[in-house]
Amino acid sequence: MKKDAAPQPKLELPHYQEGKKSGSVYGATFILMMGVWILLSGKFDPFHLALGVLSSALVSYFSADLLFSGPLTGRTIRTFFGFLGYLPWLLYQILLSALHVLYLSFHPRMMELIDPQVLRFRSRLKSDLAQVTFANSITLTPGTITIYVNFHRDFSVHAIDRFSGEGLPGEMERRIARAFGEE
Amino acid sequence: MVIDLIVIFCLAVGLIFFAGGTLGLLRFPDFYSRLHPAGKLDTMGSFLILLGSAIHQLFPLTLSTVLSGLKLMLIVVFVFLASPTATHAIVDAGFRAGLEPWKKGDPRR
Repeated sequence: MKKDAAPQPKLELPHYQEGKKSGSVYGATFILMMGVWILLSGKFDPFHLALGVLSSALVSYFSADLLFSGPLTGRTIRTFFGFLGYLPWLLYQILLSALHVLYLSFHPRMMELIDPQVLRFRSRLKSDLAQVTFANSITLTPGTITIYVNFHRDFSVHAIDRFSGEGLPGEMERRIARAFGEE
Repeated sequence: MVIDLIVIFCLAVGLIFFAGGTLGLLRFPDFYSRLHPAGKLDTMGSFLILLGSAIHQLFPLTLSTVLSGLKLMLIVVFVFLASPTATHAIVDAGFRAGLEPWKKGDPRR
């Protein structure tokens, strides 16, 4: 046991609101389930719609707290639209870096071009959802994979070459912070 | 006619991405770097191929073709959610087991 370990910053553990399912959570889950039911069944006669209403109501009764961990507020809705606004930029980034990895994997002297390295940095995103979005966005953009994220928001990222990793955390983190209203 | 051209473009570019992903999987030097093309060029390839199929079966425009198109796009949504998560789980398992990443100058593994 090392005694002189550096003091770790205080943890803000996420607090889940167990047992507090508000009506808005049931409603939102029900609407989502019903939408997926209609999309997947494609039948609009009363029998199939009634089956859909029944099963959506059952699913939202049993597992509404899986999708939303707290009651829905204006903030949740703002986050949703902020996230929608973030998606086009993410798709553009995915395309750009997919072309880069495509170029690498077809290049005859690929072994000289790549230079894998592990990057470590601390993120300033606070909420769990924002950190998960950030980690998955990093993994989705080719050339970088998130290895792990711990409670202290330390990210480890494996980058295939210097070009892929040089933009991190940078603009992606800024845009996610704006989308989740943390700025 | 124009629709056909768009569809052919999507499918062809998607195939190029898949080919690049497979080639990269064979050529890159170690476990971690192989996951870059395997996990993500595949995501891009399936996005383009599913987009091409969705556009192709959208005409003539009726309710059922629109629903089928949306179903194909729903597959894309799930691939985009599942693929980075699975890639991350594999890399995490590798690091936990203690496999060191390949560095420039090491022999191929």
